Amino acid sequence: MPTLRKFLVGTAFALGALSVSLVGPAHADWKPRKPVEFIIMAGTGGGADQIARLLQGLIEKKDLSPRPFIPINKPGGSGAEALLYLKDKAGDDHTVLVTLNSFYTTPIIQTDLGVDISTFTPIGRMALDTFLLWVHADNTEITDLDSYVAAVKAAGTEWKVGGTGSGQEDSILTAMMESEFGYEVTYIPFPGGGTVAKNLIGKHIDSTVNNPAEQNEFYRAGQSKPLVQFTPERMAAYPDIPTAQELGHDIVYFMQRSINGPPGMSAEARAWYIDLFKTLFDSEEWQTFCVEDGLTCDEWVAGDDLAAFHAEQGMRHRELIESVGAEAITGE
Amino acid sequence: METILISLAGGLLQAFEPLNLMMIVLGCTVGLFVGAMPGLGSVNGVAILLPITFLVPPTAAIIFLAAVYYGAMYGGAISSITLGIPGASTAVATVFDGRPLAMAGKADQALTAAAIASFIGGTISVVLFTLFAPPLADFALKFGPPEEFALMVLAFATFIGLGGDDIPKTIFSILIGLVLAAVGLDIISGKPRLIFFDASGFLHGVNFLVLAIGIYGIGEMLWTLETTGGKVIVHKVKMSVAGFMANIRSVRTYIKSTSLGSVLGYFVGTLPAAGATPASLMSYGLAKTFSRDPDSFGKGNIAGVAAPEAANNAASTGSMLPMITLGIPGSPTTAILLGGMIIWGLRPGPLLFTERPDFVWGLIGSLYVANLFTVLINLAFIPVFVRVLTLPFTVLAPVIFVLCIVGGYAPTQTMHDVWLMLLFGVMGYLMRKLNYPVAPAVLAIVLGPLAERSLRQSLLSSQGDVLIFVERPISATCIALAAALMLYPLFLAWRRRREAAAGDSGSHPGASG
Repeated sequence: MPTLRKFLVGTAFALGALSVSLVGPAHADWKPRKPVEFIIMAGTGGGADQIARLLQGLIEKKDLSPRPFIPINKPGGSGAEALLYLKDKAGDDHTVLVTLNSFYTTPIIQTDLGVDISTFTPIGRMALDTFLLWVHADNTEITDLDSYVAAVKAAGTEWKVGGTGSGQEDSILTAMMESEFGYEVTYIPFPGGGTVAKNLIGKHIDSTVNNPAEQNEFYRAGQSKPLVQFTPERMAAYPDIPTAQELGHDIVYFMQRSINGPPGMSAEARAWYIDLFKTLFDSEEWQTFCVEDGLTCDEWVAGDDLAAFHAEQGMRHRELIESVGAEAITGE
Repeated sequence: METILISLAGGLLQAFEPLNLMMIVLGCTVGLFVGAMPGLGSVNGVAILLPITFLVPPTAAIIFLAAVYYGAMYGGAISSITLGIPGASTAVATVFDGRPLAMAGKADQALTAAAIASFIGGTISVVLFTLFAPPLADFALKFGPPEEFALMVLAFATFIGLGGDDIPKTIFSILIGLVLAAVGLDIISGKPRLIFFDASGFLHGVNFLVLAIGIYGIGEMLWTLETTGGKVIVHKVKMSVAGFMANIRSVRTYIKSTSLGSVLGYFVGTLPAAGATPASLMSYGLAKTFSRDPDSFGKGNIAGVAAPEAANNAASTGSMLPMITLGIPGSPTTAILLGGMIIWGLRPGPLLFTERPDFVWGLIGSLYVANLFTVLINLAFIPVFVRVLTLPFTVLAPVIFVLCIVGGYAPTQTMHDVWLMLLFGVMGYLMRKLNYPVAPAVLAIVLGPLAERSLRQSLLSSQGDVLIFVERPISATCIALAAALMLYPLFLAWRRRREAAAGDSGSHPGASG
């Protein structure tokens, strides 16, 4: 049976090649021995997704890892799917998570989830992301925050705000605005910030609080317009857009973009990942990306400092959620 | 129009530059084999190959990745037909008729049909892409949640006829699929649902490939072993040039369903929510509904191979559109292409077409060339793939078994899914034995989550008013088409009965009117 022999030889070769690629040499210094799962707790096209894909590409381009990073989107349940996945991966050295603020809020709101983020292994904070309030450019009646608030009040609950899920940062920001301005809107969740942006441009929703990266191209094309930014100072990319504080409303909100490992990641692996992401953070490409996309990337926060940052942010979110009420966020 | 032609000519010339041409040929060949390996779908293929692209300029790199993607779409059909294991989710519908054809010794016909239908689908869609990209990008924007839901209803309607005459068994099968699709975390609130035995593996939902590989790979293998006792050599190799030409000429028997599938696939592919898998399933459903001989589908109808293959290739071209113009990848693979673009400083968005025409038209030009090369490479390899089937089934069965295990493990890399896959295998075997159609269950698990999300989003935005689905023109059209499709088999049955009655009395020979 020459065909069978050929087939078996072929299979053996294939398996051989596979095992060579899986089993690397065992050094004292830790290195990935198999592809690293790069978990994104949001859908495709959103800010976290773009960042993960950029970092993955930079890792390949600069040859920083002997094994590739494979981005995997786990957007389910406002990031609950990703958090549970990471929890199940306890002790695994080949999985890292790119976070949003739902990293804090989802475990607070979904109490039966059983996820304690303080058990995770903090690696490094890549950036602080910012938010703006966006409406469609055709909406000529709305030109600033005041006319926006008036329009929302007139529409009542028929006003549709798109977001990425109950408990995600955009839903918190929406709840903060509801309590500040005393109106109530209908919040509609979509899988990922890119889809939210698209639905604003398609006029299926009335406003969003997208990150700059998600709306920038539509803004440049004249299809959407920002009304106000939720930063302490005006961003370089949006010099003409006022901040909420300037207008007398104390709404400032950031989102951290950090890299975290599962609980019980080995110290050697953690050290390797901190080195890796520090290199990426300092790279020209990353810093350029930060400027273009309105991210704040001044300070590198890693390891235990990041753990302290997470603890403080966790507290702040607990207070925020208590002040606006979890029901305001989940819409229940 | 003239500007389009000039840009296209520029793009084609670019694709024929030696380096780019080399990338196309290499990409197609690699993609073909990546796609043919169950579990190693185009997602992994493109991810693993991303580093190679840093050695060449951005345009050559994206051309390479697009060629891999294209090749993998062709390749997915190969394991679907020869082994009965869907190589990728997009090739599941190809198993429905591809496998029966292979068992009947017609694997070469099925593979040729798949290759040619893929070529036609690719060509039609890339022409549509060239001519109508900007208007279609606007059309995709008009698709909000109500339109998405209406499209899903339409997709279900195309499958009503799939189960043959036994409507209750079809509905039962769809319901099983819908229940499995509901497992996991609630889409809106994030609360866990249907977590059987508190197994944490269910929190991630039931992966559609796990179900498809189980039912088709394992279930069919058990069925074949039982019915033949393993004493069957599936295919006697009798490949000849004359036979090959005959296979090519038989294209006229499936050209109608192929063209329909191509156009449908392209449109579904351009919608960010859908993608190639629903497109191929819908195309299969439509081909069956409008066939003169719907009963032969699922038993080895060549059009049942051609229709989904045309659609999945067309959809893969279509899904480039939302990626380029909206920055929303229509499929996991285009998501990786998107990553590549961001690294090269190409920001997808409405301005990319005007600001970087060299890139966009280079990509479009390469799609034409890649399509041509993939069909040639694919046709050349068919004799090799058919040879696999000359192995005795007692040798083939363990190989299928191992490939199924690998394919079940690969997507999520947990043993939970492997056990689940084996369970579905036994379930598929039992359903087959009890004569339940399994295709509707597969359809339901693909479309269920999409339908649920868009239904709930629509009702949230309309404050619970269901009229939202008929008040908007696009969704109303889809709903009306769906209603017509659901009633069509009833209408046919009614006409047949009336004709039969007319025939009995012998008075009105042309009563069908």
